[in-house]
Amino acid sequence: MVDVSLFTTCLVQGLYPQVIEATVEVLSRAGCQVRIPKAQTCCGQAPFNTGLLEETRRLATKILDDLEGSEPIVVPSGSCADMLTHHLPHLFEDSPELQRRALAVSQRVTELSSFLVDQLGVTDLGARFDATVAFHNSCHGMRNLGLGPQAAALLAKVDSLRLVKLSRPEECCGFGGLFAVELPEVSAAIMASKLADVEASGAQYVVGGDASCLLHLAGGLHRRQSAVEVKHLAEVLASR
Amino acid sequence: MTTYRERSQVGVVDPRIAALQRGTDRFRSHRAEAVSDFAEMDEMRDRARAIRHRVLADLSGYVEQFTGSVERVGGRVHRAADSEEARKIISELVADRIGAPIIKSKSMATEEIGLNHHLEALGHEVVETDLGEFIIQLAAEPPVHIIAPALDRTRHEIGQLFSDHLGVPFTSVPTELNQIARLHLREIFLRAGVGITGVNFGVAATGSVVTVTNEGNGRLTSTTPSLHIAVMGIERLVPDLADLEVMLEVLARSATGQRLSVYTNIITGPRRVDEPDGPDALEVVILDNRRTSLLGTELEEVLGCIRCGACLNACPVYRHAGGRSYGSVYPGPIGAVLSPALFGFEQFGDLPYASTLCGACLEVCPIRIDLPRMLLYLRQQTAATHLLPSVARGVRYFTALGTRPALWRGGVRLASALRRIGPRWITRMPGPGRGWTSTRDLPWRR
Repeated sequence: MVDVSLFTTCLVQGLYPQVIEATVEVLSRAGCQVRIPKAQTCCGQAPFNTGLLEETRRLATKILDDLEGSEPIVVPSGSCADMLTHHLPHLFEDSPELQRRALAVSQRVTELSSFLVDQLGVTDLGARFDATVAFHNSCHGMRNLGLGPQAAALLAKVDSLRLVKLSRPEECCGFGGLFAVELPEVSAAIMASKLADVEASGAQYVVGGDASCLLHLAGGLHRRQSAVEVKHLAEVLASR
Repeated sequence: MTTYRERSQVGVVDPRIAALQRGTDRFRSHRAEAVSDFAEMDEMRDRARAIRHRVLADLSGYVEQFTGSVERVGGRVHRAADSEEARKIISELVADRIGAPIIKSKSMATEEIGLNHHLEALGHEVVETDLGEFIIQLAAEPPVHIIAPALDRTRHEIGQLFSDHLGVPFTSVPTELNQIARLHLREIFLRAGVGITGVNFGVAATGSVVTVTNEGNGRLTSTTPSLHIAVMGIERLVPDLADLEVMLEVLARSATGQRLSVYTNIITGPRRVDEPDGPDALEVVILDNRRTSLLGTELEEVLGCIRCGACLNACPVYRHAGGRSYGSVYPGPIGAVLSPALFGFEQFGDLPYASTLCGACLEVCPIRIDLPRMLLYLRQQTAATHLLPSVARGVRYFTALGTRPALWRGGVRLASALRRIGPRWITRMPGPGRGWTSTRDLPWRR
């Protein structure tokens, strides 16, 4: 048994709690003992991307307490994992002690698909998902953490799943956090291009590793009365 | 003064956006092909970045060396601290040439200082000779792209413009449109008294000004009239010709996917007494306009930019809201950093928020300029002022909640309870939620 802590992310806690259950299920199947640190809230990306540095530091200081320990920290989100991996340590450049602790936390953080494939060497989780699926590779995970191949390897082992390619797989979906609410027209225009790509692919589901992009795409698909649905990668891997 | 939000609302529904997307797609696929054909591209990008950093680390030294070199080969150098000074220097240089047209080849620096309007107000006839610039000059609109100013115009629109302004019969055949512009401009080239060009690179060791073009108009502009004025951003220097070679390797590939642009002009001084062609005088105007104030700051690396436009082509925001939404001569991700940095937060403090932070710009930048990092840094600067977008203030409350675990858990439990009774989808929300539901629904009931 491998002990891991799960950083669930704020969006998943609030709107996609089923992703927590699915992630726990998937990690258990991969031989992990999962602990969910109780006091955790948000990774700090929301204030950080808004430019609210002091607020981010306050939140980040709390994260250091929440995630104290030595076990791996698994995150079912590429952008939250990127925040914790790449930005957290830089928030404390004028405080060596906090920075040391931030570095220790950041080094324990891994996004879910990368943890399964790169660290545990597991691709077959005995999942079955009878549908045509397009994978949306979220930007921060793809560009800052090298994600994408791991999800492809995991999906390839899912029984009955047919994976189709998007014509522009590396294009942003237009979510961008606060951007989606602050500049909704531009966000929606970018989303429309992505959804047109998804619909043209013949996929029944858009699967992704970030609930944030999925929330945005799901909302757009429903607004245009599309039959396409979204699923988090963990949900697909947990299904039998 | 309008905001990015207001301009983008116009931009996303602009019928020209489809043409902009086709154009940027073409640039992107050409770039991808050129990069995959060139195994050394990554190494060249590293070298190009190192060269730019070397120059920025001792910019005043290189400016001094460049100045000496230009003077040695018979040119003159003028330093302009800001736009006003640059306009003044140039208008004095051309003051005795009223009557003959001033011709220009494409230059972002002269766009930046608003040169054309200024010279026209003084009674000069100013003619843009780059085809794209010529088109937007007829249309009286600012450039929409750093290297392709009329990228979002269809040939039909251009045909209409030509027929309206040049008294020619309408055509939408590209080769015919080209020919119309050529014939019209050729006559102006021959009458011109002054040629004004931009500068892609200044070579410190030799005093050369380098222009990279595809149409040949740049060469005519810098050689036909008796006076050549070259306007250069102060940061655009390379130490020597070997360094120039590296920059040229990455510039054309990143910009248009060409291995080399059609015309690369290395102009070293005016015509010598024993030479038959070329201008009698070469005047180089070096423009600062707050660039040197960025040296030694978090924004220094933006001065490494070589204006290839690759970040625009890669940017989903630029591609969907267009170039005019930025309200600046520098659009796209580079413009979202440069504009507040050079022209101030009061007018451009909202541009750093016009990004999803997807990172596509960094991925294609030949100099590997970390635009996402600087967009975040600039957001921190904006957030510290009254200019913080109102929706962003809501994030403060969210964060305050995030530091109180008990309250937070209560909130999560409340949401969970509400999600057992609410509608399947929420289609309309008030307040800050309006931005979300204006364009998409929110999945709700579990």
